[in-house]
Amino acid sequence: MKQRLDGRKLDEIRPIKAKVGVVKNAIGSAMFQQGKTRAIAAVYGPRELYPRFLQDPEKGMLRCNYNMLPFSGTNGGRIRPGGNRRSKEIGLVTQKALLPALDLSEFPNAVVDIFIEIDQSDAGSRCAGICAASMALAHAGFQMKDLVTAVGVGEVDNTIVADLDYKEEHYTEFVDKFDNEHVTDIPVAMMPNLGKVTLLQLDGRIKKEQLKKSLEMAKKVCMEIYEVQKKALKQAYEVAK
Amino acid sequence: MKNHIIKLIKQNIRLDGRKNDEYRKPIKIELGVTEGAEGSARVTIGDTIVVVGVKMEIMSPYPDSPDQGTIMVGAELIPLASPDFESGPPRIEAIELARVIDRGVRESKCLDFKSMCIKSGEKVWVCAIDIVPINAAGNLFDASAIGALAALMDTELPGLEETDGVYKINYEEKSKQGIKLNNQPISCTVWKIGDNFVVDPLPDEEEVYDARLTVAFDESNDICAMQKGGDHSLSAEEIMEMVELASKKCDELRKYLPK
Repeated sequence: MKQRLDGRKLDEIRPIKAKVGVVKNAIGSAMFQQGKTRAIAAVYGPRELYPRFLQDPEKGMLRCNYNMLPFSGTNGGRIRPGGNRRSKEIGLVTQKALLPALDLSEFPNAVVDIFIEIDQSDAGSRCAGICAASMALAHAGFQMKDLVTAVGVGEVDNTIVADLDYKEEHYTEFVDKFDNEHVTDIPVAMMPNLGKVTLLQLDGRIKKEQLKKSLEMAKKVCMEIYEVQKKALKQAYEVAK
Repeated sequence: MKNHIIKLIKQNIRLDGRKNDEYRKPIKIELGVTEGAEGSARVTIGDTIVVVGVKMEIMSPYPDSPDQGTIMVGAELIPLASPDFESGPPRIEAIELARVIDRGVRESKCLDFKSMCIKSGEKVWVCAIDIVPINAAGNLFDASAIGALAALMDTELPGLEETDGVYKINYEEKSKQGIKLNNQPISCTVWKIGDNFVVDPLPDEEEVYDARLTVAFDESNDICAMQKGGDHSLSAEEIMEMVELASKKCDELRKYLPK
């Protein structure tokens, strides 16, 4: 690949907008937008967990729900509401991505619910969802070891790039000439200050050296995203001048 | 709480200090708020925020109306919007909300179904209107109704390609062609609490109401749909009083529609 379809540099992410406090009813909430992909997350709880047998007297439970709104597809028709296997799995991996940053031992028998809604999608929605969710948790005032930041990296036509959009994920449909038909998509979430990875998935095929490069790129890019998240959180507490 | 609310309303005061017939402020209607939809609107009434998105799709027409397109209205009371909403299949509240909005659009004949025909007997447009509260803080009915209209006003048909009689939508392309609206129905819901009528209720007021009446008006102030809700009955006089109030309030709400 000589040049990216939208003209970005290889490690350049799409423009980010982030804001906290977008859902007043919630304890904490955040919006995170990257390019056309936008996620809203709201945190409710800690509240009592039912059914009772799910309760854990040692620590609270974290529940993550990921959903795409019916009109969120920028590249297709209406999405049938009600969730599916994909959204269930993303809810699960999101929960696993956030748990290492939290200490829920203070909330025995309780549940903390995070609801993530994608209202516009152009690839990378699980990563945007994780970024929004971790900001919402911080906004809610939970003690966290670090914010969680996520980005999709990958290999498109033998080139490592950051933050793939829909067209890059479907590269061969949009260009005539390419050397490698494989597109590898690697969503990564990390706690950027601790340098620890909390989500890692990979679709496609890639050489080990290239994976190493991808992870290095993810680390660098996550630091950039982290700064935006931090700024948005600070803004919420700035006193109006 | 119930007695307190009723006592206040008797004195024409609400929990937040408003009068019985006053809407919360601010009221805002923004268009084109989400890029995935062919038309969209975000309605803010006080703390309540509702987003409505319109997706255009094609389908085979119903056999009894081969030259007419159709609409589909869905409402999702997502748990993100309120601690009282739960995940899972739509509950009766969401279904009623969607049905009431559906009736307002359908019965006002606001959409010209015949103009949504692509090829008679083969393909017609279907307009899917989805209502999603982002922050549910009371009065989803009125916010959704005006949101649905605003989203329809914002709608642009996507590109349509035909090869050998097979139609395909190109969502990347906007045709700049809107959908034809014959009129502009919006609705106001009047709530009976104790012996008094209020509009734009807070969630606590919605908990204790006796009866409610949603009335949709088109811009010439003709009634085009109604729905009564609640456990208590209403007299004919009460109904006419509620219709009068709804009519007056719809006039006010209409001013917030984008030109």
